[in-house]
Formats: sequence, structure tokens, C-alpha cells
Amino acid sequence: MVMKFSTLVRHFREGSKSIYRNGWMSFASFSSILISMLILGLFILMALNLDKVATQYEDQVRIRVYLEDNLEQTIKDNLHKEIAAITEVKVVTFVSKGQNFIELQNSIEQEDSGWLEGYDAENNPLPDSYIVEVFDTRLVDRVADQIKQIDASFTAPVITDIKYGQGTVEKLFQITNAIRYIGIVIVSVMTLTAILLISNTIKMTIVARRREIGIMKLVGATNTFIRWPFFIEGLIIGFLSSAIAATIVMVGYNSVLNHFKYGLSLLFIELLPVSQVLWLTSGVMIGLGVAIGIIGSLMSVRKYLKV
Amino acid sequence: MKIESIYDLLKELAVNCRNSTIEFTTGCDNVIEMNKVYKTYSDGTHALNGVSVTINRNDFVYIVGPSGAGKSTFMKLIYREEVPTDGEIFVNGFNIGKLKQRKIPYIRRNIGVVFQDYRLLPQLTAYENIAFAMEAIEAPRKLIKKRTMEVLELVGLKHKHKSFPSQLSGGEQQRISIARAIVNNPAVIVADEPTGNLDPETSLDIMHLLEEINFRGTTIVMATHNKEIVNSMRKRVIAIEGGNIVRDEQRGEYGYEI
Repeated sequence: MVMKFSTLVRHFREGSKSIYRNGWMSFASFSSILISMLILGLFILMALNLDKVATQYEDQVRIRVYLEDNLEQTIKDNLHKEIAAITEVKVVTFVSKGQNFIELQNSIEQEDSGWLEGYDAENNPLPDSYIVEVFDTRLVDRVADQIKQIDASFTAPVITDIKYGQGTVEKLFQITNAIRYIGIVIVSVMTLTAILLISNTIKMTIVARRREIGIMKLVGATNTFIRWPFFIEGLIIGFLSSAIAATIVMVGYNSVLNHFKYGLSLLFIELLPVSQVLWLTSGVMIGLGVAIGIIGSLMSVRKYLKV
Repeated sequence: MKIESIYDLLKELAVNCRNSTIEFTTGCDNVIEMNKVYKTYSDGTHALNGVSVTINRNDFVYIVGPSGAGKSTFMKLIYREEVPTDGEIFVNGFNIGKLKQRKIPYIRRNIGVVFQDYRLLPQLTAYENIAFAMEAIEAPRKLIKKRTMEVLELVGLKHKHKSFPSQLSGGEQQRISIARAIVNNPAVIVADEPTGNLDPETSLDIMHLLEEINFRGTTIVMATHNKEIVNSMRKRVIAIEGGNIVRDEQRGEYGYEI
């Protein structure tokens, strides 16, 4: 059955009217959604930043392929091409033995331990190498195996060593996985808490509304007609409270970023900029807030609609 | 549309009426008809034991009897709050015992209900409480305004249309609930002890209002314990005892002490 437009307008009018007429009840639902969404928003931000830190570390994982000395340029080119052809490989960068030497020099310069005494660019003990970056760092071991196979396909060995932090990398992934897992658990627990908090508020409104719905049915209102204003009421309360929560969380996050920028960078913590978390965080918060508002409100009516 | 086709249409609408002539205004002559109606509640209480009765258009009927005799069940069956265990009930030609769940709201619109405790929506004003019944049937807004003010005037509370139920006296609240009951021009008004919570003087005012509504063509079925009213405003009296109709008199008396 198609609803008259004027009836829809009526439902909006009644729904919003009922919010201020039922002042305290509305305030209770409003604040429980607001508080739940605030907590949830905080944990979403935390989870996002934890994930970022984890990804940061993971992204540093790359494969170093050390080459035999004095390889012909064509062999190097072939090897380069074949490694680059592996589907998981993102970039292959050639680092000459000269570059490797300078890098080593730079990195131990400060210590001045005299390790490099007797060595110079002419008398360089370091090999040529490739740095292989992969798309998914979890697959480094597999890529390394494939590179080994490529090595075997050459008549003479071309690769002396393949290094990607074997042993260490697995531990790193264990830690980053744990961090992500904790983030997901926290957010789920928070969502559950939010729903429990709100369902309690709903239980209160159910008692208050039981009579009201009974009367509506007596004057011949259909179930759909009764449900609509409740639906709109839930929608408005859910939207307003979660939008305010999202604003508070984002403004708060922004000021944390500004105030503690220096302190955090000392701890080598770099938080995600607001622009990168704004839409996801506020989207999840508002979406969930609206859903909880509507579901809660319709749940409170459902029980009493059956005659 | 031609006159004949309108007549055919009305005839078609009236075929639901049983044993009655075609009426052009609100349907059937015999507004309520019960045939051997039984009602047994799930706890085993036999509330009605084969009640048969016909209430005609424009009747004013008192339902009397001791507490627990089946009066309330009788009323509830009429506005389809309860379903008969056995037997048939026709309200305005519709067999309401067999009505599908989703059709219930539509038959309720032809029955105005008035209670002892008024049952107004506390967060709506007097005006809004009455208008709600019209909004529920999706009446045009202009008509809602016109008709609501009309019934407010009829019950004498036009000046209090902005008051909330909590700001009104018991008698005033009952007037508003009566206004709500009649706003959609129902064929019948079912009133379950409408004067039960009111002092004698206010009760009399309410009775005059119901009489006026009855005079305008609405059938009224009223359950009551008020001996003075039944005996002073003589109407048809149906006495129910132990789930049976034991007396049915035109211009009857209350017939019980207390």
C-alpha cells in the first residue's frame, strides 16, 4: 500500500514531536548512544593507529638478494627481469657494490670503530645486490623461495645469499597480528557494550509505551502507521547523538595531534592525520548509531503490536 | 456517476448485512449480532456460555450484572480485543471472529471505544488526542482540523483544546475520550463503565452527552454499575449473569441492589 505524502509528513512531525514531549526518555536514549559511540569512536581510532604502526613495521620488510662477484651484465639483466616477473613482487632495485659500501660507511661512521680500516671503494669486499619489495610482506618467504628457484635455473650460481630477516620477520608478524586482533576484540566488545547499554534504555521505554500503543490500536491505527513515528524518532535520536559523538571524537583527536605532536614524535609514534581517519571513524559511528537508534526504537514497539 | 450505479454500489456494500434492510448511511440495521457466542479463557474460565443477542441501529443499551459475570468479555468481543471460542459475532455485517489480523484496524474504525480510565495519550494535547484517530485513517488534514474542532465543540471543550490530559479533570478527560470515539462517525460506541471514576453530577453530564450522540444516530452499548443512571434514564437493559443473558428489557431497570 502506498503511503500518502501528507501521511509521511505527519509521521516526521509526530516522530520529532515525540522526542521533546518524551523529554527524559529521549535524553536517556540520546546519552546512552552518545556515550557508547564516544567510547567506540575512541577505540576505532586506537585500532586504526595500532594497525598503522603494524603496517609501518611490516612495510619495512624487504628481501635482499646478494649476487656473485663479476657477473656479466646480461646475466644480471636476466635475473632482474625474472625476479621482477614474479607476481607478488612490486619493485626490484639494483644496488651496486659501490653503493652498498657507501651505505655501510654512513651507517657506522659515528661509531668510528675502525671496522672498515684497510678497505676503500677500490678494495670493496661487498657484493652487488637487489632490493626486492613485495606487495604483501607476509609472502616474503614464498617470494624468497621463488628467487632461489630462479637461481637454480641458471647454469652457474648467480646468487650468494637471500636475506629477509628470516626468524625475525615471523615474530614481527606475530606481534602485528596480535595488535590487530586486540584492536578487533576491543572494538567488538565496545560495540556489544553499546548495544547492551541501549537495550536497557529501550526496556525502559517499552514499559512507558505499552499503553500508548494499545490506545493507538484501539482507535484503528494499523501497525505500519504506529511504527513509522517510532522509526523516525529512533532515526533522529540515533543520528544526532552519534553525529555529536563523532564530532567530539574527531575534534578531540585533532587537538591531541596538535598538542602532543612533539612528545609523540620523541617516542617514535606517528599518529594518523585526521584526514585519513575522519570518514571511516565518523562513518562507522554514525552508521552504527543510526542503526542502533532505529532497531532499538522498533524493538520497543514490536512486542506490543501483536494485538 | 449515474444515480443507479451509486445505488448498485451501496447495495453491494450492504450485502454484508444479515436479515436487514439496506441502509444508505452507515451500513446495517442490526449493528451487532451475536449467535451462540462462547468464550473460554486459557485459564479455563467460562466467561460467556452461548450468548445470542441483536443490537439495532440507534439502540442505547445498558449491559448490567455483577462483577465477573461476563460484561467486560461481552464488550471486548465487540471491539475485537478478544475472539470468541465458538459462535459468530457480526459488527456492521462483518464476521469479526474470522477477521484476519491485519484487517482488525479497519473494523475498529467503525467502533468507538470509551473506558472508565479514559485512555488518552498523555503526551498529546486534547486536540491531538482526537485528531490522532483521524490521522490513523489518513483523513485529509483540513478535514481533520474541521471535524476535530466540531467534536470538541460538541463535547463542550473547544476552549481547552490545547490542554494536556494531566491538566484536565476526570469529567473533561472522559469528554475528550468520547470526542475521540465519535470523531470518525462510528456506527457504534462501546463504553465500558464510562462513569465509573466520576462523581454523580459529572456522570450525569457524560450521560447527557452520550444520549445526544445516540440521538444523532450512533448505537451505544454501555456496561455500567450505576443504578441511579440506569433507573433514571430508561433504556434497553441487558443483564448478564454467569456468562448468560438473564434479562433483556426495553426501558428496563438496573435490577440489582448496591
